[in-house]
Amino acid sequence: MKVEATKCMHCGACVGTCPENAIFLYEVALTFNDDCTKCGTCVKTCPVGAISMDDD
Amino acid sequence: MIEMRRKCDVLVVGAGPGGSTVARYASQAGADVLLIEKRQEVGSPVRCGEGISAEWIEKYDIHPDPSWTRNKVDGARVFSPNGTMFTVNAENAGDEVGYVIERDAFDRMLAERAVRAGAELKLKTAALGIVKKDGKVVGVKAECMGERFDIEAPIVVGADGYESQVGRWAGIDTTMDPKDVQSCLQYRMVGLELTGNFVDFYLGSKVVPGGYIWSFPKGKDEANVGIGLQVSMVKEPGDAKKYLDKFIAAHPNIAKGQTVEMVAGAVSVCAPIDRTVADGVMLVGDAARQIDPLTGGGIANSVKAGKVAGEVAAQAIEAKDYSAGFFQRYEKGWRAIFENKLYRDYMAKEKLLTLSDETLDKLVGALAEGQLTKVSTLSVLQAIKRKYPELVKEFESML
Repeated sequence: MKVEATKCMHCGACVGTCPENAIFLYEVALTFNDDCTKCGTCVKTCPVGAISMDDD
Repeated sequence: MIEMRRKCDVLVVGAGPGGSTVARYASQAGADVLLIEKRQEVGSPVRCGEGISAEWIEKYDIHPDPSWTRNKVDGARVFSPNGTMFTVNAENAGDEVGYVIERDAFDRMLAERAVRAGAELKLKTAALGIVKKDGKVVGVKAECMGERFDIEAPIVVGADGYESQVGRWAGIDTTMDPKDVQSCLQYRMVGLELTGNFVDFYLGSKVVPGGYIWSFPKGKDEANVGIGLQVSMVKEPGDAKKYLDKFIAAHPNIAKGQTVEMVAGAVSVCAPIDRTVADGVMLVGDAARQIDPLTGGGIANSVKAGKVAGEVAAQAIEAKDYSAGFFQRYEKGWRAIFENKLYRDYMAKEKLLTLSDETLDKLVGALAEGQLTKVSTLSVLQAIKRKYPELVKEFESML
């Protein structure tokens, strides 16, 4: 998953909604671990659209 | 800096209203309490619409004070899709309605109360994981100012908010269906033109599908204008912001204002979860998904549950019993106070989401003809029951 740091408001909305508990917010740094299934729930949850699917 | 304590009776993770209330009541009852908060400042940044009702606070020994009661409102208004307005004017009835608060000051006040009751508060201290021994929770792995260490505690209270980890670490299922999550964004706006001292709610599929937009006045020309959008209704990333910006642009009196603060977050609007305790662990507030599913309000329930959890924690220390069985006192205790209301408001929310814009117009129009003076979801639902009993028939016994 891709996080646009300049959009992210570090609110934790994605963290609490992630069904796999794969997202971590440490101060202002948002990271995903290997449990991520790319289900896209975080993409929809983010109020400001800071997260996108990383198709690279 | 004084070396941080590595052992306590009750370790509370998160110094929001829930956590600070647990810490206050557990300390008052004689328990040795450590309250940890990952932020450097209790209450900041604010993640809240800042509206609270007034009727419950005195019972929890909280007394309105100008340091955190920013504005006492006259009532509430609901706007249907076609602009029909329904007003609950409690000022006329002489009732205390509610306040728009300074949430950071409110949280600090509650943390100060906990500290004065004897709790120890540690800032910039995050819980990174749980420590288990023989399958039981016996503390947390913590980090403070770059140093990592374990804190031993027979009772860990997870008051760690929407993004709660404590519950997940302890094996408590707190996951939600995306339809039961609201993606939220709010602007604190200054210089806008308010049409009354009311908390306003705007409904309609074009305003926001599966949610509402609110405007909570903080002063004569100042308000929190925000949106809650059902996550399952999101089509494009960032829809919450798009709907909110569109709404503001369509309301010239609001569009006059400037945003001086942005607040993002998510709110659970699910039915009560099955379990909020485990061996050595209790969950409180947003972490326990105790938010009212109809209004999205969480402060009152967090404080109510926090008092029960604090008292039960102290009793558990006394009894030296930290089992999930003992914590049924908390599980049953908070459910006795507001679980029915959570169910009722969940049913009401689910019903509300099925209504067409035309039905909402009709409903708000019918309510506008009545004279409601009590600002509560119950009084509104009872009024709906009188006018359109079929809308509430699935949960009429709760009204």
